[in-house]
Amino acid sequence: MARVVLDHVTKRYGDVVAVNDLSLEIRDREFLVLLGPSGCGKSTALRMIAGLEDLSGGQIAIGDRVVNDVEPKDRDIAMVFQSYALYPHMTVARNIEFPLRSRKVPENERGPLVEEAARALGLSDLLDRKPAQLSGGQRQRVALARAIVRKPSVFLMDEPLSNLDAKLRVQTRAELIELQRRLDATVVYVTHDQVEAMTMGHRIAIMSDGVLQQVGPPQDVYERPANLFVARFIGAPPMNTITGTIASEGGSHILVTAGGAIALPSEVSGAARNATGLEVVLGVRPEHVRILPHDSETQFALDATVAVIESLGHERHVVCRLADEQMVIVRQTVETQRPLEGTAVRLSADPVGLHLFDAATGLRLDAPDPQLVGDGE
Amino acid sequence: MTSDTATTDLMGDVGQSKRFLNRRRRETGLGYLMLAPSLLIFSVFVFYPFFKNFYLGFFRTPPFPGLPARYVGLDQFREVLTSDYFTNSFRVTIVFALLTVPAGIILGLLLAMVANQRLRGIGAYRTIFSSTVATSVAVASVIFGTLLNPQVGLLPWLGLTTNPAILENPKYALFAVAVTTIWQNLGLSFIVMSSGLQAIPDEIIEATEVDGARPWTRFWRVTLPLLSPTVFFAFVVGSIVAFQTFGQIDLLTQGGPIDKTNVLTYAIYKALRDQNEGKAAVLAVALFGVTLLLTTAQMRILERRVHYGN
Ligand SMILES: Nc1ncnc2c1ncn2[C@@H]1O[C@H](COP(=O)(O)OP(=O)(O)OP(=O)(O)O)[C@@H](O)[C@H]1O
Ligand SMILES: [Mg+2]
Repeated sequence: MARVVLDHVTKRYGDVVAVNDLSLEIRDREFLVLLGPSGCGKSTALRMIAGLEDLSGGQIAIGDRVVNDVEPKDRDIAMVFQSYALYPHMTVARNIEFPLRSRKVPENERGPLVEEAARALGLSDLLDRKPAQLSGGQRQRVALARAIVRKPSVFLMDEPLSNLDAKLRVQTRAELIELQRRLDATVVYVTHDQVEAMTMGHRIAIMSDGVLQQVGPPQDVYERPANLFVARFIGAPPMNTITGTIASEGGSHILVTAGGAIALPSEVSGAARNATGLEVVLGVRPEHVRILPHDSETQFALDATVAVIESLGHERHVVCRLADEQMVIVRQTVETQRPLEGTAVRLSADPVGLHLFDAATGLRLDAPDPQLVGDGE
Repeated sequence: MTSDTATTDLMGDVGQSKRFLNRRRRETGLGYLMLAPSLLIFSVFVFYPFFKNFYLGFFRTPPFPGLPARYVGLDQFREVLTSDYFTNSFRVTIVFALLTVPAGIILGLLLAMVANQRLRGIGAYRTIFSSTVATSVAVASVIFGTLLNPQVGLLPWLGLTTNPAILENPKYALFAVAVTTIWQNLGLSFIVMSSGLQAIPDEIIEATEVDGARPWTRFWRVTLPLLSPTVFFAFVVGSIVAFQTFGQIDLLTQGGPIDKTNVLTYAIYKALRDQNEGKAAVLAVALFGVTLLLTTAQMRILERRVHYGN
């Protein structure tokens, strides 16, 4: 059993609070991704799990054991560093063997284990090379082989793909997912890349400024971001956010902005009722915005001008400017009629794709239960 | 492709490579021009004395000043290099280097490892450890001369007395000078070793922690191999410095007692003091040869064991 439980964990460096009261449970055999912008405390959290950093407060348990005072080597963990941290003077074989040798595994048992790990990562032909003679991707695989050779119950990975080029990253991403399934291991994976987080994690834990913002399966986090930070951080291009006030009209609610009004669906009406007159932020993902002709009769739509169109081949992003200068990005398939730059249009949104946040606190308004931590079942 | 374009292409190539050559030549000229000042200084203060020294070795200095020096060919080399005076100096120099260089490196490394710890107030220790760099040979010698003084020194105070006094004792004098030298060089050794340690990425050391290496294993299998270029550098430079030791010998023992601390540099100095230029020149050539041989040997033998990260 290798659960990892962080209980009100805090880390301070002088006045800097790198990790602030973090409580998080990583389940046995789960692939949990710690996601957040640079400097938000992801590495610090991971290093505290590894035992490379002392806690300023709180408690960490691995399995059934509180490990606050346990040395890294006795925590039954392996770590893959961002720089790979291979031993440059040792061959690939020696690198992979090092954790076994350090733990006094008998020599005759080491050989087969090293071979097995090397085979699992396709390194069998490179065993005699030094790290300097390997490509970035190969080095990364050596780091992984060195981590798996000991069969620890928890793997900690700090941005292991960030030094690879884009193509190799996609390929290695898939290999890592497979590897985790095969090993049946618990993985805590740190990244600032939301695509990695979305594609790899069973659950994502999003941090900002040392504070945990939301935990949940990628789809849940994408569909129901708990606050404006998560809403803007997950998704590319990012979610559009339009500021306005709520008014009620004929029993339903609308969002009033400088450039027009937009109808709020019944799903968010409950939340909107309590927020009438309040300044709110409406979030809508680019794929949920529709472009209508400027003379469209739709009652609830926002007037806008097409500013820029970015074509990506399979889709295009239409950047529109609202009357009050707020920008809205619309994501279109290439089959959709391409609007002209500089022309006036009207924008409407799928009711299902609307999210409502309190402008003051940034918190989601339409969460029926203010549950921050989704459990993914 | 028509033959026409082929010709023009070819001509174009020729023109280009000619221009390229011209530029190369101009740049080379400029390079030498910029080297000229330092070449000049080296010529006057290094190259000329170096060759002149060989030349002087071929002349026997007359017993009385004023008489002309006599050309003796290699005779003087044979004579001096087979004398007991030289073999003693040679042995003393080697023993002195063996006493000071490894000990200096090991102590410097130990201090550097202590100071590399992330502890409160470690900065003060770093300053103290490196402070001997700011102490001149003269000051260091005076300090140790006092400490080792048989009347007022530290040794008698500790109840450690030798007869004759330590700096006049044929058995211990070289050892005492060596200790002074180690102390004197410790600051530099500490700084060199510290910078070597700091060049090892933190993540590699952390990887050894996660991989379960005990401190002993970590040191022998990871830290030391990664530090080997630094250690090698310190070894070669340290040996050269040891072969050139002069100040502390002059201030503490003047080569005595009974030539027990008469290292080669001091022997050269004594020959000059006796106005025996020829002998001094031969000894200087010998010192040069010994230094050259030993450093080449070190390069050959040790460098194979050194890991240079890429
Ligand atoms: N040793 C330290 N001393 C002081 N402050 C530190 C130290 N280590 C980290 N910090 C601070 O703690 C905060 C979190 O750092 P951390 O390395 O965990 O960020 P991160 O989320 O991993 O960022 P990145 O994506 O850039 O790696 C940062 O503000 C950082 O400056
Ligand atoms: Mg980091």
